[in-house]
Amino acid sequence: MGAGINVEHLNAWYGTTHTLQDINLSLPANHATALIGPSGCGKSTFVRCLNRMHETNPIARATGVVKLGDLDIYKDAQPVEIRRRIGMVFQRPNPFPTMSIYDNVASGLKLNGFRNRAVLNETVERSLRAAALWEEVKDDLKKKSGASLSGGQQQRMCIARALAVDPEVLLMDEPASALDPVSTSKIEDLIFQLKSQYTIVIVTHNMQQAARVAENTGFFLNGKMVEFDSTHKIFTNPKDKRTEDYITGRFG
Amino acid sequence: MSANPLFSPPMSGDGPPPRRPIDVRSRWIRFNSVRRTVVSHLITVLAALSTVVVIVPLVAILGYLLYMGASSLNLAFFTHIPAPIGERGGGMANAMVGSGIVLALASSMGIPVGIAAGVYLAEFGRGKTLAMAVRFTADVLNGVPSIVMGIAIYSLIVMPQKHFSAFAGGVALAIMMVPTVARTTEEMLATVPHAIREAALGLGVPKWRTVISVSLKTASPGIITGCMLAFARVAGETAPLLFTALGNQFWSYKLNEPIAALPLQIYAYALSPYDEFHRLAWAGSLVLILMIMVAVTLVRIYASRGILKGAS
Repeated sequence: MGAGINVEHLNAWYGTTHTLQDINLSLPANHATALIGPSGCGKSTFVRCLNRMHETNPIARATGVVKLGDLDIYKDAQPVEIRRRIGMVFQRPNPFPTMSIYDNVASGLKLNGFRNRAVLNETVERSLRAAALWEEVKDDLKKKSGASLSGGQQQRMCIARALAVDPEVLLMDEPASALDPVSTSKIEDLIFQLKSQYTIVIVTHNMQQAARVAENTGFFLNGKMVEFDSTHKIFTNPKDKRTEDYITGRFG
Repeated sequence: MSANPLFSPPMSGDGPPPRRPIDVRSRWIRFNSVRRTVVSHLITVLAALSTVVVIVPLVAILGYLLYMGASSLNLAFFTHIPAPIGERGGGMANAMVGSGIVLALASSMGIPVGIAAGVYLAEFGRGKTLAMAVRFTADVLNGVPSIVMGIAIYSLIVMPQKHFSAFAGGVALAIMMVPTVARTTEEMLATVPHAIREAALGLGVPKWRTVISVSLKTASPGIITGCMLAFARVAGETAPLLFTALGNQFWSYKLNEPIAALPLQIYAYALSPYDEFHRLAWAGSLVLILMIMVAVTLVRIYASRGILKGAS
């Protein structure tokens, strides 16, 4: 089951640039939330703060409270533990080039020292099925490198890889922006199905995509969250003038 | 949706754009393309010539070694120790084994230290003063003449111990390997895309595990090449061994005693006044080169196994 995330007064910096300014937001469990906004508005920084990937950059810094369920992820937890519970899918497919498809999907478990063959086999199959990739790759799981798949397949493999560690939340940073329309629609179908088991946060530049997959949408601009509401409301009747300008294409 | 200008497709369907009338420009373009083709061919020929220039000396050296050395190669060469002066025959068995021991010592010390230093430079020391100092030192060390390395180890290890030793030879060669291994490791790790590291970190894999199982593994073909380069380079070094391993006319496997090594034996025989020794020196040189080639090839074959097809 997914868990909800509560964000209070989140601020983030890269060096001296104040990239996120006082974000307050509640992401309900087992829902998909879309984050939209022009490039450089802080969407990616925001999701990277949610699983403490932000701090892997030596010049980056963040303050504020992020709660996964009741757990304060900055105060009461280690980054590695948080990242296992809050998985991430990146903008470009990033398979491990030296590993087979099987090892790619199993990597989260294997690299954390998990060795039980039977459980690994079962997890790999379940994750690949959940990512709608099983039928396409089941015959050469261990024969082919993860990097030999097509871009869309690679991205679904990366989703399977994230699911294999059994997270509660899945962060997706423009997961389809490097893919062709067919692969994109497969990923969107996937997000739609995954919602029942995971809390999903998806950053996207494609507003139709936000409308198709997410119940709630947040609009970011210049490091601030301008508006957060149900997707329907954001796209039909936004409260803020800037949101309206953005979704109607007047800027951005 | 189509009312939204963001989603309107780019203008299209008006057929191909109208042809531009022929003008002076197009003639210039044609002339230019001829020129470019000529230059392109010229460069290709130059590159091919350069390749030949590089390969010819290599083949010539190997050929000459074969010509001069092959006739002296026999079973005794691989099984016997050097014959006393005046006697015919004898071999370099002890020197081959000695070289093997000294190189194994050097590799087992130099390669781990070099790789660890490279990992620090690439993964942990970005922008740090210490890293810059290490990088600079490594580059300087790379340029230190090998005879100087021999003398340094002589005063650091041989003098205090009051005897020459295989160990001292191994240390001298190890120190010569470190800068090459460290810098290639660093360079190769720098070519590993950041996205792959992020993928591992994002799965909750600790940083040290990410470095070992993802960064180093992805960069391993290049790192292995660097190690092999360093190995091949020190395998033929004579100068650092003169003051450290010293050489030995007899069998010795002990690390705290002087030990024979092929380059030392070649050096001694080549300087001797006897034709028989000269022939053995040629044979020794041939064997040294072949040993390096075999070692490098074996490591490459071993390393390329397990790397999957289609991996880019």
